[in-house]
Amino acid sequence: MTTKTIDPMLPLPWRIRRARRDTRDTFTLDLEPAKAGDSLPFLPGQFNMLYVFGAGEVPISMSGDPANPGSMTHTVRAVGAVTKAMSKLKRGDTIGLRGPFGARWPVEEATGKDVVIIAGGIGLAPLRPVIYYILARRERYGRVTLLYGARTPGDVLYQSELEQWRGRFDLQVEATVDNIPTGQNWRGNVGVVTLLIAGAGFDPAQTLAMICGPEVMMRFTVIELLKRGMSEESIFISMERNMKCAIGFCGHCQFGPTFICKDGPVFRFDRIDPWLSKREI
Amino acid sequence: METLEPLLTAHPFFRDLAQGDTRLLTGCAKNVRFEAGQVIFREGEDADQFYLIRDGKVALEVFITERGSAPILTLGAGDALGWSWLIPPYKWRFDARALETTLAFALDGKCLRGKCDEDPRLGYELLKRIAAIIGDRLHATRLQMLDVYGARD
Repeated sequence: MTTKTIDPMLPLPWRIRRARRDTRDTFTLDLEPAKAGDSLPFLPGQFNMLYVFGAGEVPISMSGDPANPGSMTHTVRAVGAVTKAMSKLKRGDTIGLRGPFGARWPVEEATGKDVVIIAGGIGLAPLRPVIYYILARRERYGRVTLLYGARTPGDVLYQSELEQWRGRFDLQVEATVDNIPTGQNWRGNVGVVTLLIAGAGFDPAQTLAMICGPEVMMRFTVIELLKRGMSEESIFISMERNMKCAIGFCGHCQFGPTFICKDGPVFRFDRIDPWLSKREI
Repeated sequence: METLEPLLTAHPFFRDLAQGDTRLLTGCAKNVRFEAGQVIFREGEDADQFYLIRDGKVALEVFITERGSAPILTLGAGDALGWSWLIPPYKWRFDARALETTLAFALDGKCLRGKCDEDPRLGYELLKRIAAIIGDRLHATRLQMLDVYGARD
């Protein structure tokens, strides 16, 4: 029997099986290995380095179902040169992929507890695997709540899936938008995502929170959760920094004594909090 | 005779308020119900009620001539609606409309002001609670204005 070793710095070719536009500036790619059998098991919260040939490489969180490692799903926001080039790729095109890297969301530690998942903007993408994971093992968890905030109704990700989840009796889903531009329809809430926390009705002592979104949104969300009686040890956030090598060698994503790529991107709040308030970092 | 006191005590606004104070304020309260789409109040009207939402959803809206009603905030169970009854000239600054069947307590603004004038300790306690709500809303509005989900390029 031979053991297959994968060089973490060597991108493998993956083919785009499906490319679809989610919102004005966000798209989702479903990838399959160019070579049969190259499937990569991953855990919710991990990320891949995606390489657009001739443009560059970027870290992108997994946003698909971890039960299906033969198909990697990535939801990407086209904001820089590489992601803009990536947005132009079509079905059948090849992309380089290294991964999976990084720490996972605490889905095992949440067993037997209430779970509150709080996402802002494209932060819902790295949390979607958590929702798939929990729903596949729903009996293991207590009350599960998803609170999601987006800029406008047109920026809401995974709209049909959110509707499906909202229809379930075992998942509380609340979505809100910051504002409603003229011409857009929205029957949900208006206001920032932190305002949804008061109505979520979870037991702070028995709850584990997972948060992903812009850093300022996560900061205010944590303040709100602490105000409601949650402990810093039961709050997890996903950090984003300039990740390059993804294995803690290059130092680009060093954050205090940690490397976001290797020790994160998911951190327990109390372990990263001392560095969040250091403006020099 | 059954009063609203036990129900008021269960609302977050009254949490940990001294029993005597809740009893005193119960005299200003009544149960109200709004159907989906019903206007609760409009900008410029007399702000004579303080609403505490028990169930349902309410949109705070501002009317813009070119756009019609623009929702600025959604309130739900456990939230307080309106503090213009406390601050002269006691006029609503926004519109409020029920988005679904909504149950609330309506506390008469004039009655509340009267109780606060008679008992400044109670007035201070109420003011602290309302100031906390105003602070939270101001904080949320600032976060909303930051446009945190906007692209950074």
